[in-house]
Amino acid sequence: MIRNKLPAVLLAVACLSPVAAWAQTDTVKGIERYRELLADGNPAELWEARGEDLWKQKRGPKMASLESCNLGKGPGVVKGVYAELPRYFKDTDRVMDLESRLLHCMTGIQGLDGEAIKRTAFGAGTNRSDMEALVAYVTSQSKGVRMRVPTSHPKEKQAYAMGEKVFFYRGGPHDFACATCHGESGKRIRLQDLPNLLDRKDAQRAYTTWPAYRVSQGELRTFQWRLFDCFRQQRFPALEFGSDASIALTAFLAKNANGAAFNAPAIKR
Amino acid sequence: MKNHGKLFAMAGLVLALAPAAGAADRAEVKVGDAEAMREMFRGFSPRGQADLSRLRQDDMQKFCSTKGWEKQKVQVKQLEKEQLALIKYPADGRLMGDWRNGERIAQTGVGMQFSDAQGSTAGGNCYACHQLARAEVSFGTIGPSLQNFGKTRGNTEANQRYAYGKIYNPQAYSACSNMPRFGHGGILTEQQIKDLTALLLDPDSPVNK
Repeated sequence: MIRNKLPAVLLAVACLSPVAAWAQTDTVKGIERYRELLADGNPAELWEARGEDLWKQKRGPKMASLESCNLGKGPGVVKGVYAELPRYFKDTDRVMDLESRLLHCMTGIQGLDGEAIKRTAFGAGTNRSDMEALVAYVTSQSKGVRMRVPTSHPKEKQAYAMGEKVFFYRGGPHDFACATCHGESGKRIRLQDLPNLLDRKDAQRAYTTWPAYRVSQGELRTFQWRLFDCFRQQRFPALEFGSDASIALTAFLAKNANGAAFNAPAIKR
Repeated sequence: MKNHGKLFAMAGLVLALAPAAGAADRAEVKVGDAEAMREMFRGFSPRGQADLSRLRQDDMQKFCSTKGWEKQKVQVKQLEKEQLALIKYPADGRLMGDWRNGERIAQTGVGMQFSDAQGSTAGGNCYACHQLARAEVSFGTIGPSLQNFGKTRGNTEANQRYAYGKIYNPQAYSACSNMPRFGHGGILTEQQIKDLTALLLDPDSPVNK
């Protein structure tokens, strides 16, 4: 993508720094070891357990549980649903991801305040997010299931195509797009490896490991959060929770991960 | 396949009534630039210093967001020419600042996120993408290594002008580069860009040691 006019000699010079390379490999190895140690007893399980309670409890002004919520495979079915989301829902005539669908059920079935749910969608310490807990529970029920995001409905095709446009959309003072950091293989920001989300293998590894418990934040983060925080760093305004743009981008990325076994909630730095 | 013919005929009828939904019935769904921009404006809300005007693309952003831009050789040349004309060089004619400040600017990445304090000084975050001083092993690889930049090229006035211009507006030298237009985008001040130019070219800078 980038055409660099800096001479090749600079690249040759870069290869002559074994000390730096060694130190980096060591750091990366250390991070990997840390991750392995943490994978046993992932704190995400606490979110999953709370999410299961929230799913089954009778709550809200309508005193109803979410067990009549249809996430795509029929009312109350949670097993394997996340591997086929986002998808088109006939009742709303919209392509929806898990978060927007849960929002739809929480407001419709339970009568909860949608704006309040959006405001608290990302938890912070004692201000816990019911959304994050519910997402943790539902996604945990797709562990090991192969990603099979559909694009048979015209609106699913439309969402995928729109998601691709959003991915390449450059804007803001820094001219950044998703593709700036996630459009080439083998790149890093500082020491952080960047997945190339246009490459099948990278896209599969990245998408199937969200949501994740973020050690640095002590929170479980959903895919909506992942996108929201990427756009913050892109210097864009705030991504609206559950907006069509966010769902389209998710559809694009999720579909690119098709064929891989879903493996989340995961644990990340 | 014959059934598909009928389906398409029906879709054609529907299409006449509902063009937005009908468009998706084609095998290849295409989303136009204007449609994408509308979706972006609907999908974001202003927060802190980041208002929705940040989603309005200029010509460069629009062009570089389209698939296959690199094949449009004439437009690529034109874009570089236009962007070159946008570079404002310092009025005092001096291009080299202090490499010590430059190193600090290269290290820090804060500024202009909606989570950053409005009016706070932004950094260049050069190390996020480039290797620079040998001592800094935590560097990214989205951009090329700049280690020994001055040592290799020479601290000439032409190279100072190139380095300053490249930081101010990389699109002038390499259309659709991933690098931000630090001067043109109002991210860094003239003095900060001078300091970074010194970081790259000053013989005493750790980049050239």
